[in-house]
Amino acid sequence: MEKSELEAIADKERRARKPVCVSCCTAAGCLSANGGEVLEGLRAAVPADGADERIEVRAVGCMKLCSRGPLVRTQGPAGGTEKPPDEILYERVAPADTGALIRAAVNNVRAEHPAIDLSQPFFTRQKPIVLENCGRIEPERIESYIEANGYRALHLALREKAPAEVVKEITRSGLRGRGGAGFPAGVKWALVAKSPSERKYVVCNADEGDPGAFMDRSILESDPHRVLEGMAIAAYAVGASQGYIYIRGEYPLAINRLQSAIRTARRLGLLGGRIFDSPFDFNVDLRIGAGAFVCGEETALMASIEGKRGSPSPRPPYPAEHGLWGHSTLINNVETLANVAPILLHGADWFASVGTEKSKGTKVFALAGKIANTGLIEVPMGISLREIVEDIGGGIPGGRVKAVQTGGPSGGCIPAEHLDTPVDYESLASLGSIMGSGGMIVMDESNNMVDVARFFMEFCMDESCGKCIPCRAGTVQMHGLLKKICDGEATADDLALLENLCDMVKHTSLCGLGQTSPNPVLSTLRFFRHEYENLLVAEAIGT
Amino acid sequence: MKKLRYQPDSLIEVLHSAQGLFGCLNNDLLLYVAHALKLPPSRVYGVATFYHFFTLEPRGRHTCTICMGTACYVKGAGALLAAVEQESGLKDGMSAEDGSLSLTTARCLGSCGLAPAVVYDGEVAGHQGPEDVLNKLKEWEADHGEE
Repeated sequence: MEKSELEAIADKERRARKPVCVSCCTAAGCLSANGGEVLEGLRAAVPADGADERIEVRAVGCMKLCSRGPLVRTQGPAGGTEKPPDEILYERVAPADTGALIRAAVNNVRAEHPAIDLSQPFFTRQKPIVLENCGRIEPERIESYIEANGYRALHLALREKAPAEVVKEITRSGLRGRGGAGFPAGVKWALVAKSPSERKYVVCNADEGDPGAFMDRSILESDPHRVLEGMAIAAYAVGASQGYIYIRGEYPLAINRLQSAIRTARRLGLLGGRIFDSPFDFNVDLRIGAGAFVCGEETALMASIEGKRGSPSPRPPYPAEHGLWGHSTLINNVETLANVAPILLHGADWFASVGTEKSKGTKVFALAGKIANTGLIEVPMGISLREIVEDIGGGIPGGRVKAVQTGGPSGGCIPAEHLDTPVDYESLASLGSIMGSGGMIVMDESNNMVDVARFFMEFCMDESCGKCIPCRAGTVQMHGLLKKICDGEATADDLALLENLCDMVKHTSLCGLGQTSPNPVLSTLRFFRHEYENLLVAEAIGT
Repeated sequence: MKKLRYQPDSLIEVLHSAQGLFGCLNNDLLLYVAHALKLPPSRVYGVATFYHFFTLEPRGRHTCTICMGTACYVKGAGALLAAVEQESGLKDGMSAEDGSLSLTTARCLGSCGLAPAVVYDGEVAGHQGPEDVLNKLKEWEADHGEE
């Protein structure tokens, strides 16, 4: 494979485009809302209208506003321009509506069907880098990704840069791990690159376990090649030749798309031996998880790839020194890897110009909960929570925001009075929450914060692997105390005991799951202590 | 199935396909896998019981899975579960004695846009209320009655 061949594929793809383009969302959100039949309906309606020559139906990835799905976008006549002005996004399309939509698109008029205003803040305030191709390209066709500048960054890296230069570029961009903790990606890459280990591995962590988070799934379903390209570049930079993607078993569609993406990339010689006629070989295999939250922790994840129980082990040694089968291993999150290709293509300075001093680039969030616009968003770091919740999310219909929960069971609840906090790693940490992988759940006045804390503790209790005692026994005890408080049977002593336990579990647990499991309790105690105390007072009167 | 590879580290993949074929992992199956991959049975049993995805007991004819992810929870998934538990007399993770129904919960399906979501026999349905779920269960019962 040569660069000229890539360009030829892109050219052919561009020429094959027809003036009118109808795109149907085929990500899991819309498919569960009957999107598959809508797509079939659209395809069936085209020849019936005798418009084969002028119109094409594309199965694209996530178009972000999941709560209004299935979404169908019509564009045209395109005439080669990237984003024609007459783009219409129809919401809640039913299979029966497809004929009318196709007819309208052919005649270049607006159909009598509710459409979404594309100039609303939900769309205009986003800054797509990771998601630039989501909903634009066809995830199941590699040609579509190549047309959108795909695999150019890999070519650039392999043919024009030394591995050390690639690592330097990533370090300079200031990219930080998007899995939650925010460890600088460049530093991690440099550590693995320096390791004398004979074999090295690159692992993509797609075990998105946080309830309420679906960013990684959407990326993998909508733009799988972007992640593969990022992995290949990472492998070249650190000197690995084998990669694994560890993906949740609960995401059958993403698994399917990845498998087909790996197959087609291999067929075109973009994975496998001697990529782009360089001495670089790289292969990727999938490893399918089996429903264990703790496997998102890197040492547990590696144990699971090796076919063992997903129990974490103490760090150090870090995976960079002693990873898979004892070899040096680089583990990055899906979103981190999806950022790699654009950084190389546009340069580290371009990437570093987005975001804040310490948190560069953008962050993808899965916005959900009691909010008007549920869906996938990508915003520059440093944007305030208020902008996300009120402008992009459209606020809570007929209600008031009480708290925003970030970081899943390891994170915390940020109360409404702190909504002006900028979204970056340090600011969120100072409020007792974390950036996390990107789940963001908005709660209103009807949600009882003690019950929310109990809900997360129940989750941690179930998911604790049982290896270390503070986590195994501590989560059970904390859950018991929270339940007692919720039931209005607790005394002030119980609350003090709970706080004590939180502190102990936080500081003595082995891995991230245990260390962060008290966070939801601590953050709700910090901002909503009165709710806990109210439940205690009720008990005092009763006795 | 196991001709793919006999490497011990493919244990989880093998269990995935075994459960796909047989519906559940009984002791004989686990022993067979252990011998084939040259692993101690305790290790195979340990892995099979560690992961939520694997089940050692057969499932009912129909499966109703209620998403208990955060987004569904704040939108009332707890009430859905309570309604089904009351109606069917089952608890989360149990199957009815006559093998007609299994009730399970999920840790987020990633369909938060549709919250609260319920999976009926592998098909995701969004924006469910307690009545919707109970109606569906009655429908299943009626189907069975006709058979």
